[in-house]
Amino acid sequence: MNISADDRYNTLEKSMKKLSYEKNALIEVLHSAQEIFGYLGIDTLKYIAKRLKLPYSKVYGVVTFYNYFRLKPKGRHNVVVCLGTACYIKGSEKILEKIEKRFGIKAGETTSDEALSLLTARCFGSCSLAPVIVCDEQIKGKVSLENPLCDIEEMIK
Amino acid sequence: MGFGITMIREKVRVKSFKINDICVTGQSNQTILEVARDNNIEIPTMCYLEGLSCVGSCRMCIVEIKGSHEPTPACTAKIKEGMEVTTNSPQIEAARKMILSMMFSERSHVCSTCVANGDCELQNKSVELELEHSEVPYLNQRFEIDASHKNFVNDPNRCILCTRCIRVCDEIEGAHALDLAGRGLNMRIVHDMDEPWADSQSCTSCGKCVYVCPTGALYEKDISEEEVIKKRGIITELIKNRG
Repeated sequence: MNISADDRYNTLEKSMKKLSYEKNALIEVLHSAQEIFGYLGIDTLKYIAKRLKLPYSKVYGVVTFYNYFRLKPKGRHNVVVCLGTACYIKGSEKILEKIEKRFGIKAGETTSDEALSLLTARCFGSCSLAPVIVCDEQIKGKVSLENPLCDIEEMIK
Repeated sequence: MGFGITMIREKVRVKSFKINDICVTGQSNQTILEVARDNNIEIPTMCYLEGLSCVGSCRMCIVEIKGSHEPTPACTAKIKEGMEVTTNSPQIEAARKMILSMMFSERSHVCSTCVANGDCELQNKSVELELEHSEVPYLNQRFEIDASHKNFVNDPNRCILCTRCIRVCDEIEGAHALDLAGRGLNMRIVHDMDEPWADSQSCTSCGKCVYVCPTGALYEKDISEEEVIKKRGIITELIKNRG
């Protein structure tokens, strides 16, 4: 990939310049990189490391330390399963298991066709609707344990 | 006004205090561990290696300081005038055993199948502290072994995350090819962007990380059990000679 021709790298370059290429602004640069690219690919990280004159391993260490940063692209759709106390008691773990089995991915992963990302959360504050899943920002409450997959299959069609 | 004064490097002063009721003196920029070693008082250590920076990550060198309600790592604590340090109270010894137990239980430390058997600081420490069995259940977290490098092997299953390899690579070799990635149980040492060791662009293959590794996590290829000879003193000598 030709980096200089990629507009996104120009935007990233600008935000690094704004921070005067300071080594200790790494986390801020990573934030804007993820905003620009949607995720932090290895090529992007190496580019950042070179521009900020930081060791590769250090940059990688910071990225993997924080849950917020993603090393892989997000799917076109995402499903978040709540594993908070109320949802957990109502069997959200089984729902998660079913989704994992159906799409062949683990929580935190994305399907190979990039259609679906599966995430987990600790409570949305909608405990009265337990068990809760969120499909593309839309809250679905009282999800059935038998078939929690209908909505998701509908969504990614 | 006071700001300007603190900017000037603090003068090194001589301070006197007590370790195990023995009166000792040291310079104000020294740590409790350094002064103790100068006075032949033994404090067990694990992640500490003379010459490298101190991170206090293993907590093996914890000591009691009178007036403080929690144990303090001696390798990072600077000395203070009049402080009273205890290095071997029953509580401290019990805490050290627990810390060592947790190191053993996290991954797979099986001495009989380890290349470092006989020259392993973790093994020696358990003999020294008379640890008979682990006080916590074994977790045996599994990791893949990286044997891609032509001379060296990285087996994270035997790593205790002391970060000596990271420090020696950064501070002495100046390459910083290694660092910690992930967190909690999944934390491990990676090369560059978690690439196979052989593909690492920053690694100079100098082998310093292998020499300082306290266990059999980093070792030279083509050796079998009990054949490891670690040259940990090399690094300390190297730094001393650099002045």
